[in-house]
Amino acid sequence: MNSVVRPPLKTSGGQGEQNQQDFNPSNGPGYGLTAVQCSQLRELTAGLSPAQALWVSGYLAGAANAAGGLALPLNLTEASATAAATMSAAQTAAGARKLTILYGTESGNCEALAQGLADQAREAGLSPVVTDMADYKPRLLKGEQDLLMITSTYGEGDPPQRAAGFFEFMEGRKAPPLPDLRFAVLALGDSAYEFFCEAGKKLDRRFEELGAERLLDRVDCDIDFEEPAMAWRSAVLAKLTADVAKASAASVPSGVALSPTQAPALAAAAARGFDKQHPFQAAVIENIVLSGRGSSKEIRHVEISLSGSDLNYQPGDALGVLPTNDPALVDEVMAKLALDGATPLTLKASETTLAEALTRHLEITTATPRFLDHWAKLSGAAELARLQTVEQTEERSTFLRSHQIIDIIRRFPVAGLDAQQVVAGLRPLQPRLYSIASSLAAAPEEAHLTVSVVRYDLHGDRRSGVASGHLADRAAPEAVLPVYVHANPHFRLPQDDRPIIMIGAGTGVAPYRAFLQEREVLGTGGPSWLVFGDRNFRSDFLYQTEWQRLMKDEVLTRMDVAFSRDTGTKEYVQQRLLENAADIYAWLEEGANIYVCGDAANMAPDVHQALTTIVEKQGDLAPAVAADYLRGLQRDERYQRDVY
Amino acid sequence: MSETALYPHTDRSRDLSQPVSALSPDERLKASSDQLRGTIALGLLDRLTGAVAADDTKLMKFHGIYQQDDRDLRDERRRQKLEPAFQFMVRVRLAGGVCTPEQWLKLDELARAHGKETLRLTTRQTFQFHWILKRDLKATIQGLHTALLDTVSACGDDARGVMCSVNPALSRLHADVYDLARRASDHAIPRMRAYHEIWYDEERVATSEPEEPFYGATYMPRKFKIGFVIPPVNDIDVYAQDLGFIAIGGSAGQGRAGLEGFNVAIGGGMGRSDQSATTYPRLADVIGYVPADKVLATADAVMGVQRDYGDRRDRARARFKYTIDDKGLDWIKAAIEARLGFALEPARPFQFTTNGDSFGWTTDESGRSHFTLFIENGRIVNRPDRALMDGLREIARQHRGTFRVTPNQNLIIAGIAAEDKAAIEQILRQYHLDGANALSGLRLNSIACVALPTCGLAMAESERYLPDLLTRIETILARHGLQDEPITIRMSGCPNGCSRPYIAEIGFTGRAPGKYNVYLGGGFHGQRLNKMYLDNAGEAEILAALDKIIGHYATERTADEHFGDFVIRAGYVPEVKEGRYFND
Repeated sequence: MNSVVRPPLKTSGGQGEQNQQDFNPSNGPGYGLTAVQCSQLRELTAGLSPAQALWVSGYLAGAANAAGGLALPLNLTEASATAAATMSAAQTAAGARKLTILYGTESGNCEALAQGLADQAREAGLSPVVTDMADYKPRLLKGEQDLLMITSTYGEGDPPQRAAGFFEFMEGRKAPPLPDLRFAVLALGDSAYEFFCEAGKKLDRRFEELGAERLLDRVDCDIDFEEPAMAWRSAVLAKLTADVAKASAASVPSGVALSPTQAPALAAAAARGFDKQHPFQAAVIENIVLSGRGSSKEIRHVEISLSGSDLNYQPGDALGVLPTNDPALVDEVMAKLALDGATPLTLKASETTLAEALTRHLEITTATPRFLDHWAKLSGAAELARLQTVEQTEERSTFLRSHQIIDIIRRFPVAGLDAQQVVAGLRPLQPRLYSIASSLAAAPEEAHLTVSVVRYDLHGDRRSGVASGHLADRAAPEAVLPVYVHANPHFRLPQDDRPIIMIGAGTGVAPYRAFLQEREVLGTGGPSWLVFGDRNFRSDFLYQTEWQRLMKDEVLTRMDVAFSRDTGTKEYVQQRLLENAADIYAWLEEGANIYVCGDAANMAPDVHQALTTIVEKQGDLAPAVAADYLRGLQRDERYQRDVY
Repeated sequence: MSETALYPHTDRSRDLSQPVSALSPDERLKASSDQLRGTIALGLLDRLTGAVAADDTKLMKFHGIYQQDDRDLRDERRRQKLEPAFQFMVRVRLAGGVCTPEQWLKLDELARAHGKETLRLTTRQTFQFHWILKRDLKATIQGLHTALLDTVSACGDDARGVMCSVNPALSRLHADVYDLARRASDHAIPRMRAYHEIWYDEERVATSEPEEPFYGATYMPRKFKIGFVIPPVNDIDVYAQDLGFIAIGGSAGQGRAGLEGFNVAIGGGMGRSDQSATTYPRLADVIGYVPADKVLATADAVMGVQRDYGDRRDRARARFKYTIDDKGLDWIKAAIEARLGFALEPARPFQFTTNGDSFGWTTDESGRSHFTLFIENGRIVNRPDRALMDGLREIARQHRGTFRVTPNQNLIIAGIAAEDKAAIEQILRQYHLDGANALSGLRLNSIACVALPTCGLAMAESERYLPDLLTRIETILARHGLQDEPITIRMSGCPNGCSRPYIAEIGFTGRAPGKYNVYLGGGFHGQRLNKMYLDNAGEAEILAALDKIIGHYATERTADEHFGDFVIRAGYVPEVKEGRYFND
């Protein structure tokens, strides 16, 4: 897996986030709180004991009834969740059953789906409570009645990192029996991975084990999740409202079953203008190789003009890029199949041509199990058929890792296929997300990306990552690139001037460039400390002269670097953290936010381990207490990660 | 009697007697450097940059280290948001250019480990490492230390590496003079506790004694170069030294046995600037004779005069040559004699015939053999067709004598016992190192400085270009039947003149990429400055001019007339009689 391109569904994809709070004043009916109101409410509720919260919730519920339209901020704290549970009005509308929607998200897809589901549920007369699994108190489970869960899968079948605590609890011995609970799971994942939708599957299995009743069969969504997700949403709502109808004989409001085109993304798009389905056609204005000669990597700095789009983003956000496939690969696929690019084709109910579909709309590099099945049928190849059996799971994964679509087509040629047959086995080409490396304050109407170009040899060919190859080879200045802004609400500069510690390896340094640009131009912010790691000092010190200048101008207070391939002793960012343990801990104790961005497989866990050690040793804390300390930081959004 | 009493009206407004605040920024930097410590130790620990602080780059020269960067990549890296590809040139202090095989092997090992697998022999008879990264500096210098080598004052405002004729034919005389050169080097360099602390991790010792009894806090006004020459070969270009000692006695030409003493020559120096007419190259003047046992005292006296009277306001005029021309040669000589406490004897006769090297085998009076190996531009590196570095390592493993780096950037495998000669010959053949005979007289007498891509001063190519230019000039020479004629030809990438271009018969100094000033008329054995013939010329113009003049030389030269003499007689350039008239 490459280190930069983030398959959106693995990590993120949220279209519904516009501001950094979970309250979303402009997104959907029932809200309408101003930012100030949100912040006042947050301030009020943050310090409440559960008993106080319950009292306040009663007060607000009364106010809501009196005002006849005020909806509560439903998705956050235990207090509000508890409060919601006590709301008589809501209980009445929901046929006296409590409805909770939990989501596990990396940077937004599942959250957007959950919010969209909640909106639809409210339109249907239900009163859902929407909560991030990261914020959910598991002991509330016993009081739940209907629980809808949406989660993505990450890494080797892991849940989103912020939701890890919830999963640990659920899978542990403390998870209570849930005989009175009804549940449903929507799982998001990427079928190119062996542990496809595994996090969702785990929840589905576990809730069944705990005695809960499955409201609806789990649906596993691949990266083109919109349609199945919408279908699941409609089905689950139909089930719930049917129960309400049964219970209260109330009529089901019309419009519950939204068509797929009414994805939450669309609602957000209305506010923002451009999104994944309606990207902005942006011009590339600069595209340079950042890595110096002799580097083992090819890292690019790509500047994109957002001029004319009114696209806004905050430091920490990502840019979605809709790549096209390599024209040479498209040509070869068509040549191997003896098909003409001009062949007309119907794709998702629109008319296009084969060449257009293979270039812009369909994934033609990574082979999925679905493609394997498809090709096994078309070719009748015994070897492919054999790989389909359950006993061959591991071998299939190995095969799929070492064979892309073109390799399968080459090795198992099938004559006489028509275009429609071919594309039936392909899934939609997905956008790739890149952390934005610039701040609008410093570079108005621009978004800068730091792109690690994926290049490798396979079966004698030089191959490139779809998006990074596009950005490297076909995105010279003036080229047009379809893009959209992807909010990343869990990776944000603090509102106040507390210190920040930024840890990043490789292209993980990108958002920190945005952070520091923002702070420099706005003249805001307290002390900052950047810890950067890469392979070689000489060639891979990304944005070196910029950091040097920021240090000189005291925008950046401190910087440490670690290079792993310069000397015999491999040095990584965590070594620098451990060497400076006392200072790291002192900064944390002074209220510093700490950020980690970059490689999820090794760097992020290693850094987490180093931080645990630092807190243990410097704070003289027992391991469990140190772990709590870091969990507390995460809960308070003082320890934020953007890893991929 | 003191000098001030002798010369009460001497202008001292620009020298050491002034408060340091009135002197040049470099003087203030030295004075405030805590005896050359600066913040070097701290800078070595800074991982955010491959460079050191700007002031420290100047102080590190005294430690024998120049901060440089790969200029080929400078612009590319600027666009890549990377700092320049900083690296350091580390110059070894190697009096007289003599090293042992063990030292050679250590140098080879360090160059392979930290120096991009290359070593450079220099025009001042030592080794330079290029491409040493900051993080490898300490390991390099500590590695040298294990082989009893250091880099103290190989650069900086101090007594630079002391030169000595290589003289393979007269080994006993060479041994005597070389011994003096080595002692002079050890005597004349700063004590440099900073060097021991920074590079060897030694503790700083508190002391009430002055750290630098001779140099004080501001060292010399500028670099100071000392050389010992053994006639009749002026290989060290003694007239280019600030202080030259010309060995008298014992030379073959004079039929005497044993070293007697030295003629003293003062005030040579090559550096000049194209922008300033008040700067010029100057040849040293012979001012008298001292017995061998007065050499160190003479060095102290001469350096002391320059230390105390040299210009410390204008760095471009801080070399000893300008002090002499400003104060007058007689004044300077008297000041030296006042410090010595005796008058110099009249200079004794001597004769130079060449400043080049003789290549191939020589046998000395004791019957030992020496092989002088041509090394183009002093560059020791393995190339696909010729594994020079490997070959020399192999020789060092077998050799039981010494190596001598010549001032023309060549190498002598010296002191080979009769029984070892065959083995050395075998290695020379095996690695194709014995091919100097096939080269033209022009190429064998060529010198190029390093210049691009590492030298920060270079304005044009030198080491990477001269070999190609020579190939084209060789075509011209061959056409006129002069391919074996020894003609000194030297190229520097800038006007500072590390290759001593202003005393070559044909000299080039870089002005801009592909553009050179061309100088003609230098003395074949270094006795006369040349004169600018072409200003800012490209290759086509250079070759056209040389074709015409060489053709003329081929037909009209007198017997044994050197090219440098001919161009003056034929009127291409006027003779330069003194440095101060060089720019006229």
